[in-house]
Amino acid sequence: MSQKIDQERRQFVSVAGVAAAATAVAPGVFLLGARAEAEPRKEPVTDKVRYGMLIDTTKCADGCSECVTGCEKENGLDLLRMPEGADPEEWDRQRPRWIRTVKVKDRLTGRVSTLPMMCQHCEYPPCTDVCPTGASFRRADGIVMVDRHICIGCRYCMMACPYKARSFIHENIDRQLSIAPRGKGCVESCNFCVHRRDNGETTTACQDACPHDAIVFGDLNDPNSEVSKALREKANTQLRADLKLNTGVRYRGI
Amino acid sequence: MKKIHYREWGIESPRYWGLLAVLGVLLAVGGLATLYMEHEGHWVTGMNNQIVWGVPHVFAIFLIVAASGALNIAAFGSVFGKKIYKSLGRLSGLLAMALLVGGLLVLVLDLGQPSRLIVAMTTYNFKSIFAWNIYLYVGFLAIVAVYLFTMMERKANKYYPAAGLVAFVWRLILTTGTGSIFGFLVARQGYDAALMAPMFIIMSFAYGMAIYLLVLMFTFKLDGRPIGDKLLLRLKNLLGIFVAAVFYFVVVYHLTNLYGTENHEYEAFILRDGGIYTTLFWVGWVLLGMLVPMGILFHPGLGRSRGAIVAASVLVILGGIAAMYVIVIGGQAFPMAIFPDKIIIESGFHDGVNGQPLHYVPSLPEFLLGLGGIAVALTATFVGVRLLKFLPESLADEVVDPHHG
Repeated sequence: MSQKIDQERRQFVSVAGVAAAATAVAPGVFLLGARAEAEPRKEPVTDKVRYGMLIDTTKCADGCSECVTGCEKENGLDLLRMPEGADPEEWDRQRPRWIRTVKVKDRLTGRVSTLPMMCQHCEYPPCTDVCPTGASFRRADGIVMVDRHICIGCRYCMMACPYKARSFIHENIDRQLSIAPRGKGCVESCNFCVHRRDNGETTTACQDACPHDAIVFGDLNDPNSEVSKALREKANTQLRADLKLNTGVRYRGI
Repeated sequence: MKKIHYREWGIESPRYWGLLAVLGVLLAVGGLATLYMEHEGHWVTGMNNQIVWGVPHVFAIFLIVAASGALNIAAFGSVFGKKIYKSLGRLSGLLAMALLVGGLLVLVLDLGQPSRLIVAMTTYNFKSIFAWNIYLYVGFLAIVAVYLFTMMERKANKYYPAAGLVAFVWRLILTTGTGSIFGFLVARQGYDAALMAPMFIIMSFAYGMAIYLLVLMFTFKLDGRPIGDKLLLRLKNLLGIFVAAVFYFVVVYHLTNLYGTENHEYEAFILRDGGIYTTLFWVGWVLLGMLVPMGILFHPGLGRSRGAIVAASVLVILGGIAAMYVIVIGGQAFPMAIFPDKIIIESGFHDGVNGQPLHYVPSLPEFLLGLGGIAVALTATFVGVRLLKFLPESLADEVVDPHHG
């Protein structure tokens, strides 16, 4: 009799154990399944990857601003509206820009180049050095961005950036994209379309939008990546190389 | 030297409350301007993505710099053992705290997210001079409060020299921090200089002294308390020397810049082609803020006139604000050298096409916020001297001068 009771007890404990284990593990299994479907980043960001970009200015066409349009659409900058009563010229100076086209002329030779400018994603970014709260930060994979939860809007990073790459949100926001959230009084800048990085996509919006294939994006640490090969192939330069910031964005042809 | 007696500010109530009412109006207007800017966002200011620190920073940094300078008068008494200045120490400490609070208020109310101040106090990036400054400012207030306590509480008097020394060293570090806010900015041609820290220190000596002189003369005059020539002439001489020292630093800064070719364009901008910045530099800072006050203060006749001393002090203060405008805004208006060997001929983000300066026209609310900061400093000072014994009953020659007849 007692042997029978013991057996029943053992069976009960076994079933209960399996059930408990299943209860504990199942959500993880399902979550894993759901993640696999959207192919988001599964591992924490590491420094095994360093994202970077090569811009071949010899391919940039004069007057072309497709990269700017592509960036603004991707990151919701085109949703911003001039506040009622604002001066259009002043608003143009106040509205945020993540990427801009610049036309430069060599002082000596007179050679003219057109190129897109954005956050240069420095290895040693002055913006993160000066940020009092650490809201400006550099991810392990080389992307420099702003944590808009702890940005207090002091704008010291904007004072420190040698590339004038950062923008301050001067107005109330009523329309925005969830992939690029923004709020009045915070600073922001190009983040190499970080939402794409974290969802396994390999390109940036500016790269996709460029009709001249002037922008190559990828992992600088991977010698076989397209960007690494392109960088090796022909001479290129970084802007304000004198500051020794080791920028992640490199230019060819200027 | 007779024993100094201190007494609360004894002016009649209607005058006192009238004074507070005037300051109250300024405070209210400054508060409303802040609410307006905070509610609407910075688009209602003249600031933009090119000039990101505007007039509020000019006022805030001026007040913060002047705050540490206002403490020097106390240091002359405690650290350097000059007895004649000991009687001035209490007002010096009070004014230093009041000016710092006024300056900091302007600074934090101009943040894009002023409500996140708690984040700034709990989340630090210790590589940032801004983060250090938070400690330096809060520490300054605490140390000066203790310093004042050692001055005013007889039982704590024995700690007075030690507290004075700590306060003096702290104020030097604090202004080093303020100057380094600019000195650490490698990106901009006008800022990236180690000279910024000592220059800000010497500026603090001058602007703090000018404000101190005015507040001292005003509070004494209103209360019918005497200030003898002996003390006043010493103070005005000190002001003259400090202004001369600022002049020296300005000359050294620009000469050093002119020596290095990379700075020629910036120097040409500030000294010759910068429009409002050039005018403010030569007329506001150099002529009215330094040369004319030095002329007055060192003039054998004019320098003894109280009216002229007041005028010189006012000019030093206005010159100081002009100086901050040239440094803070002029330094940003000059386009950054993103392409040192090239000229930008077109830009989608106002990069200073063909070397043109970047655009900034300050708006009224920005000025009102700045004036609000000054009103905070003055209100705190006047309430302080009314409630506590900050002011000596007399600074007449026979009281302060041990050698007086």
